[in-house]
Amino acid sequence: MPILEVTDVSKVFPGVRALDGVSFALQPGEVHALVGENGAGKSTLIKLLTGVYQPDGGELRYRDEPARFATPMDAQRAGISTIYQEVNLVPLMSVAHNLFLGREPRNAFGLVDERRMIREASEILVRYGVTTDVRRPLGTMALGAQQMVALARAVMVDAKVVIMDEPTSSLEPREVETLFGVIRDLHARGIGIVYVSHRLDELYQICDAVTILRDGKVVHTGKLAELERIKLVSLMLGRDMSAVRREGFTGFAGDHTGAADAPPVLRVTGLSSRHRLHDISFAVRPGEVVGLGGLLGAGRSETIKAIGGAYPVDAGEIEVGGRTLKNPTPVRAVQAGIAVQPEDRKAEGIVAGLSIRENIALAVLPRMARWGLVSDRRIDKIVDTYMTRLRIKASGPDQRVGDLSGGNQQKVLLARLLATQPRVLLLDEPTRGIDVGAKAEVQALIDELAADGLGVVLVSSDAEELVEGADRVVVLRDGAVVGELTGTNVTTEALLETIAAAAVSSEEPHDN
Amino acid sequence: MTALAVPVETEERTSERSDRIVDLVQRQGALAVLVVVVIIAAAAFPNFRGYDNAGTILIAAAPPALIALGMTFVIITGGIDLSVGSLYVLGGVVSAYASKWGFLPALLVPLALCGLVGVVNGVLIAYTRMAPFIVTLAALLGARGLMRALSNEGSTTYLVGDDGFRSFGTGSFLGIGYPVWLVAVVFVLGMVLLSRTRFGRSVYAVGGSEDAASLMGVAVRRTKVTVYVMSGLLAGLAGGINAAKLGSGVTVLGTGMELDAIAAVVIGGTLLTGGAGTIAGTIAGVLLLGVIQNMINQVGNVPSSYQQVISGAFLAVVVVAQTYLVKLRRRT
Repeated sequence: MPILEVTDVSKVFPGVRALDGVSFALQPGEVHALVGENGAGKSTLIKLLTGVYQPDGGELRYRDEPARFATPMDAQRAGISTIYQEVNLVPLMSVAHNLFLGREPRNAFGLVDERRMIREASEILVRYGVTTDVRRPLGTMALGAQQMVALARAVMVDAKVVIMDEPTSSLEPREVETLFGVIRDLHARGIGIVYVSHRLDELYQICDAVTILRDGKVVHTGKLAELERIKLVSLMLGRDMSAVRREGFTGFAGDHTGAADAPPVLRVTGLSSRHRLHDISFAVRPGEVVGLGGLLGAGRSETIKAIGGAYPVDAGEIEVGGRTLKNPTPVRAVQAGIAVQPEDRKAEGIVAGLSIRENIALAVLPRMARWGLVSDRRIDKIVDTYMTRLRIKASGPDQRVGDLSGGNQQKVLLARLLATQPRVLLLDEPTRGIDVGAKAEVQALIDELAADGLGVVLVSSDAEELVEGADRVVVLRDGAVVGELTGTNVTTEALLETIAAAAVSSEEPHDN
Repeated sequence: MTALAVPVETEERTSERSDRIVDLVQRQGALAVLVVVVIIAAAAFPNFRGYDNAGTILIAAAPPALIALGMTFVIITGGIDLSVGSLYVLGGVVSAYASKWGFLPALLVPLALCGLVGVVNGVLIAYTRMAPFIVTLAALLGARGLMRALSNEGSTTYLVGDDGFRSFGTGSFLGIGYPVWLVAVVFVLGMVLLSRTRFGRSVYAVGGSEDAASLMGVAVRRTKVTVYVMSGLLAGLAGGINAAKLGSGVTVLGTGMELDAIAAVVIGGTLLTGGAGTIAGTIAGVLLLGVIQNMINQVGNVPSSYQQVISGAFLAVVVVAQTYLVKLRRRT
């Protein structure tokens, strides 16, 4: 008997049929994977289950009765908790207040019992590996720890169903283990879990059943163990299995030979920043993709930001095309030919409220302005060129970027970077949070750009992407370079070994 | 392993300590400045030190304090209420007008009218998602017009007819005017409401992140409507108290009171962007502005307009300091 079930539901938005006759059933104690490309309808389905949207047709049943949730509050009260992909808590409020918001323990006068709340919050969070002072504002904690608070919040209510939308996207491996521990515990308690993730390894590790959505329809549902990995990908993409086999999981074609003896387009020497970066040196030749590997917090993003002039540097030298970049600031870095794609696309990258045209034009305005004026025709031409070249799918250049899919948003961001005509492209997690199809396209684009002679630095938490995409991988740990993989040595195994070996060797001096 | 753990932990502890210091300065900065200013004033002006003068400062600060209290709730939700200055004047006129029916009507009629305007503000802001600035600006103009119509373009001044109401405004207990005691009680209630109730937490949550708050199950709309109603009610109460104090509904005061209230709230450490702030800070902000006014009166030959120059300077300094503190916190 399913605990939560939808039958033949549809949801129509102006111009789009987001869900079309979808049926989905969650059994108690089941971990049910919900997969599909972005735009396949996963988010819409989740929002129907949690009271954010109302279905246009079909039936929603919860605990064997027809149900209707008018608001997220209704769904939560009924026992359906949700953890969203981006942490949806209040950063300025304390950890304890976030954890208990709306259900604070109260004393005999109906007032919030602050002491009890703080004590209980600490007790609960210890079980999730979070040991900081719970009176601290949530925003001062690391993203992974914030996600753990969100998880604790979702689970501590008397939940019958927990929905997790990309819960691991900001977690470190250790935290992923904690999360899986919690999931196993929920599973044992008979709680139904809907698990949405793009990471196949995780799905096969933790999920019992799977439902695959494509273009708003269910294309497969059943036991996950009985579904071959490659079959799952092909169902998701709607691509032929043999094609997936032939082309691999990523969109990268292979090595870019580059000119092995050409002078480097980017050379970083002895880059240091207090506490975070220690003496980092590497070089990128034109046409070469250099990966930065390492765990979360190893200093990859900081390195990229430092080169882009957006992170304070104490020592070190950055050379672009043989010329030293003095006192780097974002403006000077762009002028020198450095383009940075930040990790957090929404906060630091695109301007969601502006159109595609305006987003791309932002970058070219300073370069194209004559006496402060810019010709509309010239902008249109540039925008048109990049929309075609990067295959941006949109109704037109005037569409709001915020309405595009994650993959297309990323392409707009790339277009904007390319419009500055950079010599070096620094990409921080270029495929995070975008669907498999768009991922392959972005990866293919990176290939093309390198082939055109750009120097590319690639940061990715996805080991496969790093290994298949990069010609060389510089491995970081605790803000220092601990190894470099070159040639045939660029493999997932070697990468993991280097990270692991580095972990051991860096602990030794402390023990002695 | 243990050797490795030690440096990590101390680093975290210092960062936590600096976090707390930043937090403390942000919340209690106005109080510290207030203490310094009071000490300077007490040293410089013998008349400032008197108990009577303290009573004068408090009674003058009572109506602005009420308005600032309502504004604190509104600003913490990330909103703004520009209508309170007009409502304050309207409340005073209506209170004086209603005083011919007795004490209770003089107190309750302005509350009902201004509360109603607050309901309209809140509903428009929460349900139609119009910008609070525009909605309350419209209410400011509307309330001002209504006040002008009631007072025949300011030519009619209603005198307070009820003796009980008049003596409530002018009488005192322990040398402190009755209105100050009432305001003190309202502030205590306000503090408990903001810091110790679920409603108070939802006020912070809505201002901190409206989307997150609504996904966490906070009744965002109801919270917003409530704070605007409170703000309207408190402005009406302030108007009523002022009428009782002055013995008539004065139509010329109160222009720009909403801006003074915003200034006091921001000086008190409440973030104009919402999500953080305290009522204790607002008290310090209101008193700071009141003490500066009083000091300038003590000097005597300085035009009181300079009070606004000094308040403005304080406001600028506080906003710069806040911005800096927020940056500092992001870094740690």
